Amino acid sequence: MADAAAGLARRVRRAGLRRRAAAVLLVAPLLLFLLIGFAAPIAALLARGVQDTEVPRVLPRVTAALADWDGQGLPGPDAFAALAEDMREARAAGTLAQAATRLNYDINGFRTLMFATARRLPGPGEDAQAALLAADPAWGERATWAAIRRAGGPVTDFYLLAAIDLKRDEAGRIVAAPAEQAIFRDVLVRTLGISLLVTLLCLVAGYPVAALLASLPTRQAAVLLAFVLLPFWTSLLVRTAAWVVLLQREGVVNTALLGLGLIEAPVQMIFTRFAVVLAMAHILLPFMILPLYAVLRAIPPGLGRAAASLGAPPWRVFLRVTWPLSLPGVAAGSLMVFIQALGYYITPALLGGASDQMISWFIAFYASRTVNWGMAAALSALLLVATAALFAVYARLAGEARVRVA
Amino acid sequence: MSARTPAGRLGRAALWAVTLAVLLFLVAPIAAIVPLSFSAGSFLHYPLPGLSLRWYREFFESAFWFDSVINSLIIGAGATALATTLGTLAALGLWLARFPGRGLVLAVLIAPMVVPSVVVAVGLLFAYAPVGLANTYAGMILAHTALASPFVVVTVSATLAGFDRTLLRAAAASGAGPARAFRRIVLPLIAPGVTAGALFAFAISLDEVVVALFLAGPGQRTLPRQMFAGLNEHLSLAIAAAATLLIALSILLMATVWWLRSRSDRLAGAADRV
Repeated sequence: MADAAAGLARRVRRAGLRRRAAAVLLVAPLLLFLLIGFAAPIAALLARGVQDTEVPRVLPRVTAALADWDGQGLPGPDAFAALAEDMREARAAGTLAQAATRLNYDINGFRTLMFATARRLPGPGEDAQAALLAADPAWGERATWAAIRRAGGPVTDFYLLAAIDLKRDEAGRIVAAPAEQAIFRDVLVRTLGISLLVTLLCLVAGYPVAALLASLPTRQAAVLLAFVLLPFWTSLLVRTAAWVVLLQREGVVNTALLGLGLIEAPVQMIFTRFAVVLAMAHILLPFMILPLYAVLRAIPPGLGRAAASLGAPPWRVFLRVTWPLSLPGVAAGSLMVFIQALGYYITPALLGGASDQMISWFIAFYASRTVNWGMAAALSALLLVATAALFAVYARLAGEARVRVA
Repeated sequence: MSARTPAGRLGRAALWAVTLAVLLFLVAPIAAIVPLSFSAGSFLHYPLPGLSLRWYREFFESAFWFDSVINSLIIGAGATALATTLGTLAALGLWLARFPGRGLVLAVLIAPMVVPSVVVAVGLLFAYAPVGLANTYAGMILAHTALASPFVVVTVSATLAGFDRTLLRAAAASGAGPARAFRRIVLPLIAPGVTAGALFAFAISLDEVVVALFLAGPGQRTLPRQMFAGLNEHLSLAIAAAATLLIALSILLMATVWWLRSRSDRLAGAADRV
């Protein structure tokens, strides 16, 4: 009897293990695909943001020679000789530009310094120190050598610091970046500002819609909901394209306003902050309305009626009953809109001017135009960390208010 | 809110007015661009000088647009097939049993929905280029598979949530092995969910533009990629035609997804009541 029970328990346990093994095997293909084809590439990019590879690769001798320089005064003559040797080889191999470009990120003009010096290198056996100092007095400055040492890798905080307008000085202290390099705080503040404004606009415009829809009979609400779902289902690019066409100088909006006599001459609307915010709010509004509607719909209507029967005027019913109960929807919708707005690229790129571009535009710029992977990676890391942290909050809050994606 | 008092009625009317204004704002840009695509002229404003199909003719006759439609279809079909297969298997696995590390696995499976598109595009370019996947159909299909797969997982999981597990026990009791039970019981019941997931995946691939901007070479330019180029360089009403075609296709796809999902929800509801 006891044997039979133990046998049964074993069989049940074995069946459970088999199911679990089958589950893992079924999930494994997609999991592996995403780890290799999606997560690893992004991780590799982010890792690039804390690596320095150019200077140690192109200038290996001087990198080694500066490793035990105390940073006080000038490095010894062996460092000068190592640099001259490295530059001679790099020039012959055609790799000098890679190191020069990296050093130029740190100190403006370093590229010119490298190429000018490379043309006046000392011959073998000559005094490298004297020759370099004669080629350019910058080699007599501590800051020049400190920049080479800072770029010696393998790990660097250069790009991450640069992404928040900081850098290291020759003594290794973190200081503010010079004005011509300090552009990113502006970009970050602008990205947060636009995202916040878009979120607020969506909340203000979306709440009344969700509230009315939630108070209607299901069938009527479904008809009006179609007006929210139709744009929701249309692609972001198409809706941006629609705004590009509408907001042209000779476009639908300007000609309509002229026709109505509301303006006297066409107004510049495209390539402005106004256009970016308007189109982003338009595109993201459904992400606010849908979770708000789900939460408001779930509030028992009896609560409002009870408050009203106790003498509360409508505004008080709203402030004391509806609004507090709808807060999970407000939070979920606002986070969803804000998270997506942070990463917007296409809409500002097509509708904004140069001063309306958000962080994504700069990531794209560094990756594709200047091929500065380190900077693209550091800015990506900032955006990704912000997005992931906010999404974790969203996932905790969402629950019942979660947007159904279709 | 009580609608009996005059103040209440006024508030209600104001709520309706605001709602209708916002809904109008939501559909107006789309409603405005569609008629423009049928214009006989080339102005970007109303009134239209006449109606014609000239922009659609231009769309289908120029290599710039037509090749991009073919590319979108090739990449969309490849990504849909892969994402639907992998995503459905994963959804079944997640549904079958809980296993250690499930939360972490879910985070990886959902990540492509959350990571900002530019970070995805730049990351994939960074890693795909050295292995020869940049500027290829294979690279684009793999990228779109990754982006579309979470939508398949979510859609199929939603269908499976309504699946009555006693059916599996009944199948086992009737002597059906797991493979047979899957083929004869599970698959037919979740088929609408899988179809919805596939359509969803196709819609995601069809609309994707940022990865296409970075990863597609001149030979793989998709329709959204060409629209982006057109908007940047030479704005013409052919773009309105392209947009109208995409609007029609997206709405068709998503309305079908919606219909399939609400149908399987109803089935699940019915199973609960029995």
